[in-house]
Amino acid sequence: MSAVIPLVARSAPPKYDFGAQLRRRGIELPPLSIDTLQVNITRLCNQVCRHCHVDASPSRTEMMSAAGLAKCLEILARHPAISKLDITGGAPELHPGFDGFVERASGLARHVMVRHNLTVQLDGHPVTKQSKEYLPEFFARHKVELISSLPYYQPFFTDSQRGGGVFGKSVEAMRRLNAQGYGVEGSGLALNLVYNPVGPYLPPPQASLEADYKRELKAKFGLVFNSLYTITNMPINRFRLHLDKTGQYEAYMEKLLAAFNPQAAEGVMCRSLVSVGYDGRIYDCDFNQMLEMDAADASGRRLTIYDFDLEKLLKRRIRFDGHCLGCTAGSGSSCGGATA
Amino acid sequence: MGSYYESEDLGKFGEIGRHGKALADDFFRYYGHATGTDGALSKREKALIALAVSHAQKCPYCIDAYTTQCLESGANPEQMMEAVHVAAAMMAGITLVHSVQMQNRLEKLVL
Repeated sequence: MSAVIPLVARSAPPKYDFGAQLRRRGIELPPLSIDTLQVNITRLCNQVCRHCHVDASPSRTEMMSAAGLAKCLEILARHPAISKLDITGGAPELHPGFDGFVERASGLARHVMVRHNLTVQLDGHPVTKQSKEYLPEFFARHKVELISSLPYYQPFFTDSQRGGGVFGKSVEAMRRLNAQGYGVEGSGLALNLVYNPVGPYLPPPQASLEADYKRELKAKFGLVFNSLYTITNMPINRFRLHLDKTGQYEAYMEKLLAAFNPQAAEGVMCRSLVSVGYDGRIYDCDFNQMLEMDAADASGRRLTIYDFDLEKLLKRRIRFDGHCLGCTAGSGSSCGGATA
Repeated sequence: MGSYYESEDLGKFGEIGRHGKALADDFFRYYGHATGTDGALSKREKALIALAVSHAQKCPYCIDAYTTQCLESGANPEQMMEAVHVAAAMMAGITLVHSVQMQNRLEKLVL
C-alpha cells in the first residue's frame, strides 16, 4: 500500500528543463484563450490507481467548499467565452455538492464534462457507503459528457493499473451507461474512454488503438463508446514514486525528451484552459496543481477564483517544468488525448 | 567486465557508427524504414515479428526494445506470447526437419 503514502512533490532535475527545449527551438507558448474551466473538486476516490497524479484514494479528505463551487458557477455565468466545465477529482461524484454543481452548471448552458471512473457507480462512497447507482440516469438527464479511464480492452492491464476487479466493474458500469444511450450513435450522450500506458512507455497511436477498443469491446461485451483519448503518464507523484523505486525515472525522462515534438508543444492544453484546486487556487493544468505550481499574474501574485480576472489570466506566463515533457512527447498528450 | 550484456548498452546502439559511419547510416535508415513505419504490415505487426526474432536469436537488447515497442504499438501480452510461441515452434520445427537429413544419412550408412 505504499501508493497511498502522502507524497512530497519533487520537480525534475535541470537536465530535463522544458523551457530550454522551447528556447532551443524558438517556441513560445503564451495562453491563447480560456475555453475550459477544469475544477478538481475532491481528491477522495474509491480507487487507488498506481499511476494517479492526484494521489487520490479513499483516505483523502480534500473537498471544495460550497462557496468555492458557487464561485466557479458565478465565473461561468460571468464569462460566456468559457464554454466548458470539466469536473475532475479524485472521483468527483463523491463530493456532497457534486449533483447540485452539475445541475446548476448545465442550467448555465455550458458544456459539462465529468471525469467519471466508472467503478464509483458500483463501489459507492468508500466512507459513507452511499450508493452511486443513480449516476447513469443522472448523467443522461443533464447530458453530461463522460470521460472514463479504461487502460485496455482486457483485464490484465486495467487491473494492474487500477486495482483487482476494476475491469469487470468497468464493463458493468459501461453497460449501464450504454443502456441510458451513452456512446450510442445519435443519442447526443458522449462516452469517451481514456487509455494510459501501464508503465513507463508512450501510448500507441490513438486512432488505431481506438479501432481495436471498439472492435474488441463490441465483440466480447457488446459495449459501445465514442472516442478514445490516449494520455501519457506524467512523471510526478505516485507514478514518479514507482519510477524511482524501480530505477526507471531517468530512462523514462530520456524517452520523453527524445520524443519531444514541437507540433505537440504548440497544442498543449494549458494554452486554452485553467485548472482550479479544491481550495480555489488556479493553476495552468491539473499536473501543475498537484505540484503546487500556482498560476500567477505579471507581478507574481497567486491567482484564485475569489479574485478571478480573465484578462490577467490571459496575460499570465504559463509555468513549465520537466513533467511538461509528458505533454509534448510523440503524438502529444492532453486531457482530450493526443494533440499532434 | 561484470557481464557481456549491460542493459544501458542498448542506448549505445547508435555508436556502431563510430567507425564506418556511412555504412551505419545506411543500416539505420534501412532498419528504421523496415521496422519503424507502417507499410503493407502495420508497426504493431512488425514489432511482434521483431519480438519473435529477438527470442529466436536470444538477443536481450532486442527483447527489451521490442517488448516496449509492442506495448507502444498497442499489442497485448497475449499477442506477444503468441509471437514467442511462433518463434519457439519454428525453432523446434527447424531442429526436427533436420532429422530428415539424419535419416538420409542413416540410410546411406546402414547396411
